[in-house]
Amino acid sequence: MFDKILIANRGEIACRIMRTCRRMGVRTVAVYSDADASALHVRAADEAVRLGPAPAADSYLKGEAIIAAALQFGAQAIHPGYGFLSERAEFALACHAAGIVFIGPPVEAIRTMGLKGAAKILMREAEVPVLPGYEGTEQSDDFLMQQAVATGWPLLIKAEAGGGGKGMRKVVSPDEFLPALAGARREALAAFGDHRVVLEKYLAQARHIEVQVFGDQSGNVVHLFERDCSVQRRHQKIIEEAPAFGLPDEMRAAMGAAAVAAAKAVNYTGAGTVEFIADVSAGLRPDRFYFMEMNTRLQVEHPVTEAITGVDLVEWQLRIAAGERLPLGQEQISFDGHAIEARIYAENPAQGFLPSTGQLLHLRAPGSSRFVRVDTGVRQGDTVTLHYDPMIAKLVARGASREDALRRLRLALEAYEIAGPHTNRDFLLRVAEHQAFAAGDVDTGFVDKHATDLLAATEDVADVLVLATLHLMLMRRTLAGPQSAWDESCCWHNNLDVRETFRFTRGDVGHEVVAVHARGRLSLICGERTFDIASYREDAGHIEVECGGRRLRSAVAQGDAELTIITRRQTVRLMLDANVRADDAEEGSSAGVVDAPMPGRVIEVFVRDGDSVERNAPVLVLEAMKMEYTIRAPVAGAVRSLLLRAGDQVSEGARLFAIEP
Amino acid sequence: MRLVSSIDKQSASFSENAAHMKSLVADLRAKAAEIALGGDERSRERHLSRGKMLPRERVRALLDPGSPFLEIGQMAAWRMYGGEAPSAGLIAGIGRIAGRECMVVCNDATVKGGTYYPMTVKKHLRAQEIARENHLPCLYLVDSGGAYLPAQDEVFPDREHFGRIFFNQANMSAIGIAQIAVVMGSCTAGGAYVPAMADESVIVRNQGTIFLGGPPLIKAATGEEVTAEELGGAEVHARVSGVSDHYAMDDRHALNIAREIVGSLNLKRREQPDAVAARPPQYPVDDIYGIIPKDARTPYDVREVIARIVDDSDLHEFKKLYGTTLVCGFAHIQGHAVGILANNGVLFSESALKGAHFIELCCQRNIPLVFLQNITGFMVGKKHEAGGIARDGAKLVTAVACAKVPKFTIIIGGSYGAGNYGMCGRAFGPRFLWMWPNARIGVMGSETAPAVLAQVRRDALAAQGRDWSPSEEAEFMKPIREQYETQGHPYYATARLWDDGIIDPADTRMVLGLGLAAAANAPTEETRFGVFRM
Repeated sequence: MFDKILIANRGEIACRIMRTCRRMGVRTVAVYSDADASALHVRAADEAVRLGPAPAADSYLKGEAIIAAALQFGAQAIHPGYGFLSERAEFALACHAAGIVFIGPPVEAIRTMGLKGAAKILMREAEVPVLPGYEGTEQSDDFLMQQAVATGWPLLIKAEAGGGGKGMRKVVSPDEFLPALAGARREALAAFGDHRVVLEKYLAQARHIEVQVFGDQSGNVVHLFERDCSVQRRHQKIIEEAPAFGLPDEMRAAMGAAAVAAAKAVNYTGAGTVEFIADVSAGLRPDRFYFMEMNTRLQVEHPVTEAITGVDLVEWQLRIAAGERLPLGQEQISFDGHAIEARIYAENPAQGFLPSTGQLLHLRAPGSSRFVRVDTGVRQGDTVTLHYDPMIAKLVARGASREDALRRLRLALEAYEIAGPHTNRDFLLRVAEHQAFAAGDVDTGFVDKHATDLLAATEDVADVLVLATLHLMLMRRTLAGPQSAWDESCCWHNNLDVRETFRFTRGDVGHEVVAVHARGRLSLICGERTFDIASYREDAGHIEVECGGRRLRSAVAQGDAELTIITRRQTVRLMLDANVRADDAEEGSSAGVVDAPMPGRVIEVFVRDGDSVERNAPVLVLEAMKMEYTIRAPVAGAVRSLLLRAGDQVSEGARLFAIEP
Repeated sequence: MRLVSSIDKQSASFSENAAHMKSLVADLRAKAAEIALGGDERSRERHLSRGKMLPRERVRALLDPGSPFLEIGQMAAWRMYGGEAPSAGLIAGIGRIAGRECMVVCNDATVKGGTYYPMTVKKHLRAQEIARENHLPCLYLVDSGGAYLPAQDEVFPDREHFGRIFFNQANMSAIGIAQIAVVMGSCTAGGAYVPAMADESVIVRNQGTIFLGGPPLIKAATGEEVTAEELGGAEVHARVSGVSDHYAMDDRHALNIAREIVGSLNLKRREQPDAVAARPPQYPVDDIYGIIPKDARTPYDVREVIARIVDDSDLHEFKKLYGTTLVCGFAHIQGHAVGILANNGVLFSESALKGAHFIELCCQRNIPLVFLQNITGFMVGKKHEAGGIARDGAKLVTAVACAKVPKFTIIIGGSYGAGNYGMCGRAFGPRFLWMWPNARIGVMGSETAPAVLAQVRRDALAAQGRDWSPSEEAEFMKPIREQYETQGHPYYATARLWDDGIIDPADTRMVLGLGLAAAANAPTEETRFGVFRM
């Protein structure tokens, strides 16, 4: 076993790897960028090395610098985690060349599985079921058309070198094929510098089921059963569970065997995941699953496998990389119970799941227990930046049955309090509570299908407004100087009742709360309802109110101009009615002002400052998290204050330009 | 020693008393709410249609959110001037701005254009007096047509008339009490000196105007036609004349600038030597309603009131067994140390001596004094005159007059004759003087006065050998009783600013707490007592 390893990653996965290392007595070396200098993973490590500025290209992707650090600090191996360098064959190769163990599969396996077409061809040879389609080198229009007809409609055109949905087109009928092909090629070329495409049968109703495999250096390969990752948004998983709900034993055995065959075909060692897509248009059937790709690394969602098998996958990775044999044979591996993971992201479900950034003003995780596991890499006060994956935590709940696990997951989600960036917590909670999800009626179209239920903010906000108003009252009390009657006496006025109006904006909707202070009694009027406040206090970011015989409680966090109230049911961001100063207002109507809807990078600017544009004319393109957004002129007029150029980074809410009508 | 209450809240008298006091308080609050509307509806609508905030909204927007507002002279000019001048057309009081207690004086232009009636002048001067004594920065929200011309003889020429406002501004500025003016409407003629004499001033564009002679006067004098805005608007004064220092877009903006000015005063908070953590009294303050007898002649133990005002109901009583008709003792109110003098019957020689001694102690220790006044007067009669009650009363009056520690007076019952002096009436310069709605004030009571005058009359008639029938006597006494009843009533008193306002008895602790904290802004002068007649 190694004495010391370097972990070439950050965030929750770096912390998670270190946890196993510590248990095994293995020293750890962390690496960090300037943005992460005081991050949790740096503090958790025994030693830490700075790599460079925040952008990943200047830090976590600097393979040479990482290998140099490993050599300098005497680390015998490098664990790449997931993402970053984990599936880069050249990096693995450079590690070997430097005499450092790369904790992962052989270089060849990474390389083969990295190319979609090549991998599929190899899998066909190994008799692993593959989705009908075409993945060869002949790329002429006519030939591809023939292949398309052979594959059948509908089908998907995908970029050979692609990922993340770029260059992907769904084609329903033959006459759409050629135009779609041209578009896919153009996008693929722009994004990956490679115009080649593959064709694949499109499954209208599918489940994403993947199998965890492990191989050792003696050629043994086992699987650790499957995970179902069907609940996805924007082609990224958000809820994963193990085992797959309703999977017949016969099919489980077939999938396990196929996964082992796939791994053996590439002489796989270490942890890997073979992703399958199951056609569920006629239910789960052993002859209706197909190889999609193999991920040659530890998966984000590995904890659900750990939860049901009792195996520490990181420990196995270390043992196998150190040359040990697989700790258990296939027949010794079994699973028990059910586990569900929910990925908590800094993102805004209401705005197409756009990533959100900002400081974590309030962060409280549910307590960990035998049944609840929280893997996170951030603390309250940390900032979620645009530079890296905006995942805040993985919340894993387990139980004897899926129902048990799901019940615990709901409770844990309710107790997760996050303020600062937008998060998907409420969304996840609604998924976890959705009848269809509870019934296991889930496929990859789940989120789209139930979008209305999942995105609706149906909860009553009156309680939240009461909490927000009382928080503001308490805040001004603590802001004042030394204690005196002047500090305590909320709006007291001899012989008169005092009414105060508090204004909030939630999304586009304005809300008003009128507070009436009358003879030492306080009541709040929200719309039609009146709340008589018996008592209210705040402690450590939590406000507690007694009114009308009820107790209201929530976490509360205040930013510069906004307030976040987190009840067990919902996270509500309220913009405070800033005491708008007339001299600011004088500068000009804000009608033509355009602010960044999300943090991102400017990739193209279509006009110059001073140009005249029509309404809705594209002005620039912002890229964020693999998506491109065209920002258009809200009104016709002259472009003003446009100082951005391609390559500039902008933060959420930053002024982009203004249009002078 | 923690006071132990011995009242019976189940008794018929308690509920009868409580019902009576509650009706008085309800009447007070109803009147206050009516007054708070300001001028009539048409005036208010006209005011709002000009984009102006109503004066009470201006005050609230100027104060820190959530700040208390200790209004003074709320019922000034009540039923005077044909009932046309609620609050005498001027809102004044203490509130927190940028964390500091400040005096706010705000004209109400919905009341006769914010012009100054005699009571308006008196109230403005009283507000300035409070600011000077307690070192409170002054903010003048000006929107006034100046002196009320029909009453010029009562507002212009005398020592305590209009000119005194500017005299005060200059002299407060001289001792470092900031004078800040916000011009939110007219500042005509004499009124122009409010912003001009201010340390720093703000003017609202298209709204505030400052000039010595307005357009009508100029037209009359020189024939020149000019608009108010051209003559003395924000453009003129912020850009050309330099009369204003800050240019504001609207009321709210102007008030924000004023708040920033207070924030930039660089005031040092005065340390409060014996301010401890405030503790609520052991008994509910509302009990006071049931404790105060409906019939003012019924005696009760004033300690029951003290127990509901002071922190933790804790009173360290001085000379408890001597001069028992005056209760003296040390306590805390909202964390501030105080010395309390409270009447528990008519003042005897011993009570007066005890009071004088106690005031000396408080001045020695720099402890503010609180007077709970409920006094018919000093004891009279042959024995007492011979015993030197006048001499001992004079000692108490001397002590009260010379004490330089902050003094606070609450008239909780009667305030009659020399008792008013000995218990720190208006003439004795308490920092604040408040009345309860059940209180009465006068040189003597409305029962005593007719009786005394009738006796004098009867003696005079008897000397002439004339007879006086009981019906004639009753006829004689009736108008006298009515006069004393009317003039002794708190509404009559407060309308004339003999006090700073009528308060709900349940607010007594609050009013004192706010006043004590405000008073702590000023350093205490050392006390030198005059000659005590021995």
